Amino acid sequence: MITNQAKQSPVHDEARENEIYPRRSRFRRFFDSPASLNLMYLPALIFFALFIIYPITQGIRISFTNWDGYSAHYSYVGLEKYTYMFTDMKTRRVILNTLVYGIGSTLLQNVFGLAYAVFLNGKIKGKSLVRTIVYIPVIVSPLIMGYIWYFIFQYNGGALNDILLLFGNEAVDWLGKGPRAVWLMTFVNTYQFMGVAMVVYLAGLQAIPKDFLEAAEVDGASGTQKFLHVTLPLLAPAVTISIVLNIIGGLKLFDVIMAMTSGGPGYASHSLSTMMYDLYFPRQDAGFAAALGNLMFVLISAFGLGALWLLRRREVDL
Amino acid sequence: MTKKIFTYLAAGFICIFHFIPFYLLINLALKDQTDTSSKWAIPQYLSLQNFIEVWSQARLGQALVSTLIITGCSVALVVLVGMLAAYPLARFPTRWNNIIYTFSIAILIVPALTVLVPLYKFIVEIHGISKYWSIVLIHTTFFLPTVIFLYTGFIRTIPRELDEAALIDGCSRYSIFLRIIFPLLKPVTASVIILTMLSIWNDYQFSLFFLQKRAVQTVPLVLSQFFSQYQNNLPLAAAGSLLSMVPMALVYLFLQKYFISGLAEGAVKG
Repeated sequence: MITNQAKQSPVHDEARENEIYPRRSRFRRFFDSPASLNLMYLPALIFFALFIIYPITQGIRISFTNWDGYSAHYSYVGLEKYTYMFTDMKTRRVILNTLVYGIGSTLLQNVFGLAYAVFLNGKIKGKSLVRTIVYIPVIVSPLIMGYIWYFIFQYNGGALNDILLLFGNEAVDWLGKGPRAVWLMTFVNTYQFMGVAMVVYLAGLQAIPKDFLEAAEVDGASGTQKFLHVTLPLLAPAVTISIVLNIIGGLKLFDVIMAMTSGGPGYASHSLSTMMYDLYFPRQDAGFAAALGNLMFVLISAFGLGALWLLRRREVDL
Repeated sequence: MTKKIFTYLAAGFICIFHFIPFYLLINLALKDQTDTSSKWAIPQYLSLQNFIEVWSQARLGQALVSTLIITGCSVALVVLVGMLAAYPLARFPTRWNNIIYTFSIAILIVPALTVLVPLYKFIVEIHGISKYWSIVLIHTTFFLPTVIFLYTGFIRTIPRELDEAALIDGCSRYSIFLRIIFPLLKPVTASVIILTMLSIWNDYQFSLFFLQKRAVQTVPLVLSQFFSQYQNNLPLAAAGSLLSMVPMALVYLFLQKYFISGLAEGAVKG
């Protein structure tokens, strides 16, 4: 490996160095070679090994046991947790919710983020103020954001119901039904993080050379055609990264759910991540929680890498 | 002309819509706890009682110190380790180094959450529950991939000729990093610091698992307990939420330039 790397550097020639400095120790020579620089990533690798790789292997082991999370005794139960996971209706609901959180908020964030970016890229006075207002929720803790929206959606004295009552309608229990709660929390996640997508798209839009759009105009392209055939393809790299990041972020949604419904009513609005917490701490089924963690691992890698691969193929180079 | 009016109407609507949650929060925080008027109604008096009360009752001061220690140490450590790791990965793309680089990027895609159960077990085994050092190490680990990714991308844009010129002038390979590369990393370091600081400051999930003693709990954690305890006392809860936003809002105010460009660059250049 050392010789392999030495070839890479035009300045490093070991034979010649030996000639010039014959009495240098091997130790000293190693630290003069480029290979020794690889020691610089050793700390990072130690971090990964201790806190990621080792836990992953342990997670696979724990998922085959009936460990309760704290006692020293447990036994191996084989695939029991996994078979239960795929036959249990509650878990199926939770997996479905997780997909709504992940894919739903990805779609919403990117559609609205792109629309806002295109809108704010035009000539508007005070657009930096609009941008700041859209962006500012990003700096708020998602947990707090969940609480704020809880004030709005709550049944008794919620801000939304206040308006409904004012106009003579009946109050609605917004978070009382599973599917609706799931979509409302997807919306809250979108509200909070669409600013990131917007900023990414704005940067992408500003990087598009003006002559491209002018050339299309000369050729008689309409506004819509310019957007679809010039702007959008050139935005592809921004789209890729934004979508991949949003999918990962949405599939692991946790804070907002804990703040707004804690997974309720019943299991109806749990995501895999909140259910993992629920199983591990209050219910003390660590084996099952670990199995869910592994499922999530597979799910997120599949969706994240899948989206990355699909979108990368469609990118055009400038 | 009509198009212009429509544009400004739309802009106005966007502003109002996105500001509503903040309006309600501020409104609520300024109200007396006995005031049962609608959340939309602006109070006719100015009361700062809620802020004083929540500060002492939730012991926010202590939580703020914990959050500051954890965030400060994690950010410093992740910047240091990430910067060091990125240099050889960017400069010597041998097959082995490329494998390591791809591996760190792959970790980026798989979130920490999926290993929480075994990680918790591991931290219990090394007696790290409710200790600052354990959560700092965990935060560092899970932000390292992002940080390595950003630094590697940035170092690749620095011309290699700089390194070679320094080498010919008799600079050792380590001094090249310290004297040539390190000073050039300022802009990307600003982005990295903001990105990691924001997420670590606002983190709830890791803190919920690993910080169980009151004395070391962070602001989001303390507030969440406060919320479940005083569910009916919304003005107090709102005041607490508002207070918790102040530090990051200040950082945003002063470093706005790095905030937005940092996020966008990280995304677009990737």
